[in-house]
Amino acid sequence: MNFKVDHQMFLILNGVVGGLVAASLVGFALSRSVKSEDRKATIDNLNARIRAWWIMIGIFSISFVIGPAGSMLLFGFVSLLALREYISLISTTRADHRTLFWSFFVFTPLQYWFWYKGWYGLAIILIPVYAFLFVPIRLALAGETAGFLDRAARIQWGLMVCVYCISYAPALLTLNIPGYQRQDAKLLLFLMIVAQLSDVFQYIWGKLIGKRKIVPGISPNKTWEGFIGGVATAVALGMSLWWMTPFTPLQALLMSLAVALMGFAGGLTMSAIKRDRGVKDFGSTIEGHGGILDRMDSICFSAPLFFHITRWIFVAQHPLLFR
Amino acid sequence: MSALSASIIAACARGLAGPSVRWVNCRPATRQRVYFANHTSHLDFVVLWSVLPRKLRSLTRPVAAKDYWNSGLRKRIAVNAFHAVLVERGSKTAEGDRTAAARNTLDLLLEALGTENSLIVFPEGTRGNGLEVGPFKSGIYYLWSRRPDVQFVPVYLSNLNRILPKGEFLPVPVISRVVFGPPLKLEKDETKESFLEKAHAAVCALREA
Repeated sequence: MNFKVDHQMFLILNGVVGGLVAASLVGFALSRSVKSEDRKATIDNLNARIRAWWIMIGIFSISFVIGPAGSMLLFGFVSLLALREYISLISTTRADHRTLFWSFFVFTPLQYWFWYKGWYGLAIILIPVYAFLFVPIRLALAGETAGFLDRAARIQWGLMVCVYCISYAPALLTLNIPGYQRQDAKLLLFLMIVAQLSDVFQYIWGKLIGKRKIVPGISPNKTWEGFIGGVATAVALGMSLWWMTPFTPLQALLMSLAVALMGFAGGLTMSAIKRDRGVKDFGSTIEGHGGILDRMDSICFSAPLFFHITRWIFVAQHPLLFR
Repeated sequence: MSALSASIIAACARGLAGPSVRWVNCRPATRQRVYFANHTSHLDFVVLWSVLPRKLRSLTRPVAAKDYWNSGLRKRIAVNAFHAVLVERGSKTAEGDRTAAARNTLDLLLEALGTENSLIVFPEGTRGNGLEVGPFKSGIYYLWSRRPDVQFVPVYLSNLNRILPKGEFLPVPVISRVVFGPPLKLEKDETKESFLEKAHAAVCALREA
């Protein structure tokens, strides 16, 4: 697991910065042209989001340049913040305290440590098997039976989504694909770009022509028009980036589709939790976007699938696919 | 050195508590104030102090219980880093000594206020469960009756009990909220009962803010 900033990476980072410059200019032009109060609020939020994007991409690039350790640390930190938002939103009790301590300060670092060491076998079972068993054991030792299964499930679910699933993103750096050695960082970049572009374009298409709501009970902002427009745009852009991946153009299209669909599913599922708890966002860490988890929900759901498909096809050459 | 360690501890507390801060009909100011808040965790004064603007921090001293904070590492944190004023708690002193102890405490607080400092106090006197705000002890009234020129600012802290509940020594990160309310408006001849009632209501009112 090692990589260098090659020519392709340089190109794509330039592309990202170019895209942001364009977005900032459009945002500035829009803020000059709008008159009505209602529209103004939307444009202000848009500009806040663009400003936050600059910061997020800055932090992401720095961790990238540092190398795999930087990326692991960054995503580990993101997991901690996401878990903090999740735990703050759901209700936990006094008796959950020590189990939560283990979740934050033992399981989360251990998960990223296993990936960093490249211990694939341990990294994929730590939380689904061992944390799954540990959480109810520790809760039982605490001696409080009220809402027992409920409390155990909440903590297990938080660890799965905020730690296990997010950790699949930097885990891409451990893949070591034949013929693509020392270039795995571009795969992580590809996942992040497609998932985030899908979110961004679903938002833009939804704002422009969104009418028919997909699941009105969960989110008034998720419309069929936004969904189809956003996914199609992200898939087209993802396909056009095939040259930075080990994929053929067709494979890049299918991978982008998988990422965009899972990303949408992630956004929808996490909205259901927020809706149930009566809030709009998980937090207010990122200006205009809400919390870390609001920005990462699409990665939580798409990263594991993206990782495993890539691994089955390009590393493990799964016998079902390669007879 | 102590300012640095206070800043480091405050930064850690902010990392754990990720506090969102609101000032409702009140603004940060360097004038002398007594911030009085509900009490659910040992982290309370650290978090409250850490969300104040930098230039107010050096002027603001927390008031903490002597029986807990007066030894070892705790003392170093409270006294050396935060310049806390340590006071005896009424319930921990023998019945006969109550009045003397209370007078002694009041003198300590007046001295700590001096001519330019502000204080952070927790008038419940003990940590609650985070659900209700317990009844206020009368010390805060006597403080006001001696220094009516100082602004009394109510503060509501939420979720801090989930970070470090009573009886636990290891913290868990949970996002908290700190809400500052408008300074108490008081009559010149406010009685003890009505003062404590107004102060208590002012803190509770911020719960929904």
